[in-house]
Amino acid sequence: MSSVQTTTAAAGGFWRDSGKTGIGSWIFSTDHKRIGLLYLYSVLGFFLVGATLGLLLRLELMTPGRTIMGATTYNALFTVHGVVMIFLFIIPGIPASFGNLVMPIQIGARDVAFPRLNLLSWWLYAIGALVVLTALFTGGGAPDTGWTFYVPFSARTGTNVSVAVFGVFILGFSSILTGINFVTTIHRLRAEGMNWGRLPLFVWSLYATAWVQILATPIIAITLVLVIAERVLGTGLFDPGRGGDPIMFQHLFWIYSHPAVYIMILPAMGVVSEIIPVFSRKPIFGYKMIAFSSIAIAAAGSLVWGHHMYTSGMSDTAVMVFSFLTFIVAIPSAIKVFNWVSTLYRGSISLEAPMLFALSFVLLFSIGGLSGLILGAAATDVHVHDTHFVVGHFHYVMFGGTGFAFFGAAHYWLPKFYGRRYKEKPALIGWALMFVGFNVTYFTMQVLGIRGMPRRYYDYLPEFAPLNMVATVGSWILAAGLIIMIVNLWRGLFWGEPFQGNPWGGATLEWSVPTPPPTENFEEEPVVSHGPYDFKGAGVP
Amino acid sequence: MDNQLLTTTQAVDPVFLFIFAACLLLLIGITAAMVWFVIRYHRSRAPEPTSQAEGSLWLEIAWTALPTLLVLAMFYYGWSGYLTLRSVPPGALPITAVGRMWSWSFQYQNGKTSAKLYVPVGKPIQVNVESRDVLHGFYIPAFRIKRDAVPGMKNHVWFVATRPGSYDIFCSQYCGTSHSGMISTVEAIPADKFAAWLNEGPKGAPHPGLALLEKHGCLGCHSVDGSQKVGPTLKGVFGSKVPVTRGGKPSVVLADEAYLRESILAPTAAVVEGFPPIMPVTADLSEADLKVIVDYLKGLK
Repeated sequence: MSSVQTTTAAAGGFWRDSGKTGIGSWIFSTDHKRIGLLYLYSVLGFFLVGATLGLLLRLELMTPGRTIMGATTYNALFTVHGVVMIFLFIIPGIPASFGNLVMPIQIGARDVAFPRLNLLSWWLYAIGALVVLTALFTGGGAPDTGWTFYVPFSARTGTNVSVAVFGVFILGFSSILTGINFVTTIHRLRAEGMNWGRLPLFVWSLYATAWVQILATPIIAITLVLVIAERVLGTGLFDPGRGGDPIMFQHLFWIYSHPAVYIMILPAMGVVSEIIPVFSRKPIFGYKMIAFSSIAIAAAGSLVWGHHMYTSGMSDTAVMVFSFLTFIVAIPSAIKVFNWVSTLYRGSISLEAPMLFALSFVLLFSIGGLSGLILGAAATDVHVHDTHFVVGHFHYVMFGGTGFAFFGAAHYWLPKFYGRRYKEKPALIGWALMFVGFNVTYFTMQVLGIRGMPRRYYDYLPEFAPLNMVATVGSWILAAGLIIMIVNLWRGLFWGEPFQGNPWGGATLEWSVPTPPPTENFEEEPVVSHGPYDFKGAGVP
Repeated sequence: MDNQLLTTTQAVDPVFLFIFAACLLLLIGITAAMVWFVIRYHRSRAPEPTSQAEGSLWLEIAWTALPTLLVLAMFYYGWSGYLTLRSVPPGALPITAVGRMWSWSFQYQNGKTSAKLYVPVGKPIQVNVESRDVLHGFYIPAFRIKRDAVPGMKNHVWFVATRPGSYDIFCSQYCGTSHSGMISTVEAIPADKFAAWLNEGPKGAPHPGLALLEKHGCLGCHSVDGSQKVGPTLKGVFGSKVPVTRGGKPSVVLADEAYLRESILAPTAAVVEGFPPIMPVTADLSEADLKVIVDYLKGLK
């Protein structure tokens, strides 16, 4: 990291003012901004690993039969793609990187409530990630179970499942500690005048997310320990031959893993709720409803896990209850979309990179959410469950949603923390390619699913060949856009034009501190006298 | 066929149409509003915002209530379609589908088994879905039906083929190396042909060892004609020299009777070079059946 220090010549602030340099000043730092950047580089690194694996998977599916790899390799790759993207990128993604960077400043605090616990969270993340990586290259090799680790297959496959799920177990603690830290920070460290009604919506979304992290993550932890016990001790808890039940594993797994979907998407909704008003120069429409719907999604989202299991053999009564609750949880998401769109009305809209990512989030998330209605309805889910429709659906929500919001956040906040900015034109080109490539890839997958192609398929019948070719070509367009975007961000943040002040006119507190922010964030204790989207009151253009 | 009978496809497709149409309208509305606002209120046309509205109670009530009604309609429609999928018509013909890694086997009431699912046209079929090892998913896209095969549990689906033809059966629940190869077909044939097929004896009486290989799902991965599948072919194995990995070390063994028995009873003890160590132990194999299989393999030149 010392090279970062020298190249970021325009940067002062927390990059310099502690007087500490070298790798130790980062990996042992308790400054929320340094920890946020540690997380940012870690999750982005794993995103690139996961994206490369995804491209290889699409390449294999370009033609029927063997294209570039064998079936066992393919099965391991889609498992590792899922584990890396979910546990190492998207769950820690926005909360741990941008949440750490921005949230304490947004509420007027000098740091999070437990700075050393924050550092421990990153270390647990790093250790968990190392254990997961170890699993890929030792023992029976990379797990081939899918990221869902369904028993009985995961209990009997010869691959290195035990080590991999132990890594995920450790990652869970990282997530729980971040949740505890954020909840405490938001309750205890708000500046004078920063009441709950003036909390930026990004903070509201992190608050809702943090509760899900605290309450749901222990369940996946214990479930994964049971899988290890099943494999190592032969406990038979999930083995029907010994009184166990494989369906029980699915319930336990989804009791966490469905709420985890909201850990992934809620912070993204928060990011979008920050960007849209700033680039429209208008207060967010329906502040209270957006804040409330974050809490509603977190609460109701904890009760819908069974919609992953309509075909499992679960009772019809359970199918009815879970289908009903699933439709209920769709409502707060719809409310958010309507409020975002209404914020644009009679504003003064500037289509710069952060705004383009935020607007495409709204569109892609809507497509993902609406296709979720097909999956929520019991009759239609039976046909498309476990097909490429589901793969397309969750990539719309997770990548088109959370991924695009993550990149929007990067274009919106990183110049503030680096003191340098990216070039606008390559950012637009990168965004456009990603948007087009994304839809070509994942919309095609949804069509494939409707036509009956199951997921996790190494090989497929000739009738699915043309659409698979289309989806693979789409993935290349998407990759080209990603490369342009990341190179542009990288070059801009380290060598680009200086970035100063508050060019977009944000009214939240992070835009009132020096660029880059000093280690202590605020030169004097802030007193908050206006709302987060009160652009007139903040005295900004 | 009873003219009143609603097929599974007829029960599901209107739900698809309803939800698709509603989604499409919503998506067009959202997109059109966004695009229009972005053009109309672009900073080049609207240098200053002309509203500082922070919300509207009536709008919030409207766009909470209307989507609620819409999704409740979707829920109800989806649920009633699902009930049709779950309600097997009286008099349906029961057939058992047994999934194992990585093949389907279909068992008929008279004890006959087949690798393809033969059914009479126009007669409702109840498929009882079972698994011998891990989770599988019994999926016929043409009939919009799917149900997981769960070890230790009895699940079922039903369908009726209203026209003769061949319909794909996929395994929808990931089950390991050859998951995507675990496919079969429904062969819908006229009722009289079906009755004849069901009652005809096995043609030319194949070796009982071959029948056992099929029964235990071995042929999903091993061919008897020399072609390579997930596992090595069984043709000509006996008496050949096989390169294997035993205990992590490569060696070459003579495929004698002891080797054949070991390969069936302890499949991962010595794994043939170039193949993954993924063969499961066959749990329900008697000593007598094992002998029949080994005898058959000895003669498979």
